[in-house]
Amino acid sequence: MLTAPYVLEYTYRRSVGPVVGAFLTTLRDQGRILGARTASGRVICPPTAYDPDTGEDIVDMVPVGPGGVVTTWSWVAEPRQGQPSDRPFAYALIKLDGADTAMLHAVEVSDPSEMATGMRVTAKLRPERSGTILDIEGFVPGDVDEPTEQTSEKPVRSISSPVHLRFTIAAGKEPSRFLQGLVERKFIGRRAPSGKVYVPPKGADPTTGEPTVEDVEVADCGIVTTFCVINFPFEGQKLEPPYAAGAILLDGSDVPLFHLIGGVDVAEIRMGMRVRAVWGEPAPTLESIRYFEPTGEPDAPFADYEDHL
Amino acid sequence: MRPIAIVGYARTGAAAPENDEVELVRQVVDDALTDADITRDQLGFICSGSCDLLIGRPFSFVSAVDGVGMWPPKSESHVEMDGAWALYEAFLRLHHGDIDAALVYSFGKGTAGDLNQVLTLQLDPYRMAPLAIDAVGMAGLQARAFVEAHDADPALADIARPAWSDGAAAVVLAAGDLAERCKERPAWIRGIEQRIEAHSLGARDLTQSVSTAQAAAALDLSGVQAAELHASFAYQQPMLTRALGLGEGVALNPATGALDDDPCMSTGLIRLGEAARRIHTGDVDVALAHASSGPCMQHNLVAVLEAR
Repeated sequence: MLTAPYVLEYTYRRSVGPVVGAFLTTLRDQGRILGARTASGRVICPPTAYDPDTGEDIVDMVPVGPGGVVTTWSWVAEPRQGQPSDRPFAYALIKLDGADTAMLHAVEVSDPSEMATGMRVTAKLRPERSGTILDIEGFVPGDVDEPTEQTSEKPVRSISSPVHLRFTIAAGKEPSRFLQGLVERKFIGRRAPSGKVYVPPKGADPTTGEPTVEDVEVADCGIVTTFCVINFPFEGQKLEPPYAAGAILLDGSDVPLFHLIGGVDVAEIRMGMRVRAVWGEPAPTLESIRYFEPTGEPDAPFADYEDHL
Repeated sequence: MRPIAIVGYARTGAAAPENDEVELVRQVVDDALTDADITRDQLGFICSGSCDLLIGRPFSFVSAVDGVGMWPPKSESHVEMDGAWALYEAFLRLHHGDIDAALVYSFGKGTAGDLNQVLTLQLDPYRMAPLAIDAVGMAGLQARAFVEAHDADPALADIARPAWSDGAAAVVLAAGDLAERCKERPAWIRGIEQRIEAHSLGARDLTQSVSTAQAAAALDLSGVQAAELHASFAYQQPMLTRALGLGEGVALNPATGALDDDPCMSTGLIRLGEAARRIHTGDVDVALAHASSGPCMQHNLVAVLEAR
């Protein structure tokens, strides 16, 4: 069975809106913490743009902290990369003086025996701040120095919010045999109970949901049923535009396979054109086929592929 | 309104990590339809629950439908939630009255990535996610709050990583006469309710499951003999028992519970399926099922199933 490592990364930037924006701007420039006061007089910190109970707009922003009380905590014995400290620390919910809700943050102590629900802690600000919740380096028992002020030109309007995750993706049984077939320059599909042959295959006939019944090797040549010419550049593009991608109905298969069409001027590509795989380095991936190129045979009549569009 | 019952159920056993989503889904859908003695053409609606971030592939649920069989086209929906909420949508859809049967399924590959870290991404990206607290850390906060507020066993505050696994589950719902024809003892849905709490952990009362108690208060819990609780961490079971007001006589998680096997996105639907199965087999006449979602059980669903 084939598996492959897979990394997912998003480089999102998120707008912060006026309330969270004011909170982050004040945190960055003055090193002070603001809460959001609701119509009922409750103070929400960290602030939300709305009353979490009623959904109504908040009324105004008021200073809270920097001291507060731990309402619950959780010890992290082995911090991971990306967490607030590389030494053991506690995550805690901290109700800042003047606030009615608690802030999630890190408490810097060296041992869990120094942690207790109800203990007093104070926010420790970073000397250089960028306008995120991590401008608070963490909370510590006792007092801290007054935060320095810094001047900035613009209020905080957005934050960087990157996502980085690693996965191991399993190809599944039938797709694995298809991919392994490519190493031997073979296209191995699956026949469904209805007689239809699916290439690339899955473990089920997508029409009926029934399990497919047997492996079927099909030809490495077939018919272009439809295609498109890519004229525009985009991020991550591997080929120089213009180039063509097509749906190729391999002889013996009932569903088209998607791949590149090459070895020909894109202006000459047409529906019904006969093409054959041009193989590259053997590998269990569709990238082991460089592209499909015209065979020079006469075009297939529309009737040969009209049921496979 | 016609009564609606769970008439078919199946789940994967210990699924091989090599199985892809289509393989996971195909088997349970087939088995649940067989259990209900219903064919695909009798289904008026299909609803699934899954989460793309488990394998990091956007719209992964649109390829999983290949395991269901989608021709002729079916009315289909999806929730980015545990399958228990897909069942809730199907329950509402059946109450429209124009269809008689619905299929609900869920799937997830909790082992493809580091689920503990993936679950960080369910947090608000401004105030909580940048702190990179993982699911175990969040559970630790709630466990301590519960233990200290109720003087519970301090060992419950020691958090073990859940038994996250790969898996899928499927349930068939049928209304009125069709349900009677599908099963000798349909598991009629006496009531199903869901409630949600605020997202910010610091704006919630973590010492109890407020939303579970609210859902239960809207239901008739009389006669409950067995309860299937979606407790991924040890402290959650006593917390839920308390919120639901379950007495000593109620058999808790008679099937393998979520603490032993937790196929993320199916764990809640499995609770509903297992509770229904105990009614199908005649073990009990009234069973409760609970499903949970979100950080520190932010969102809870409670259903009461009964024989008639």
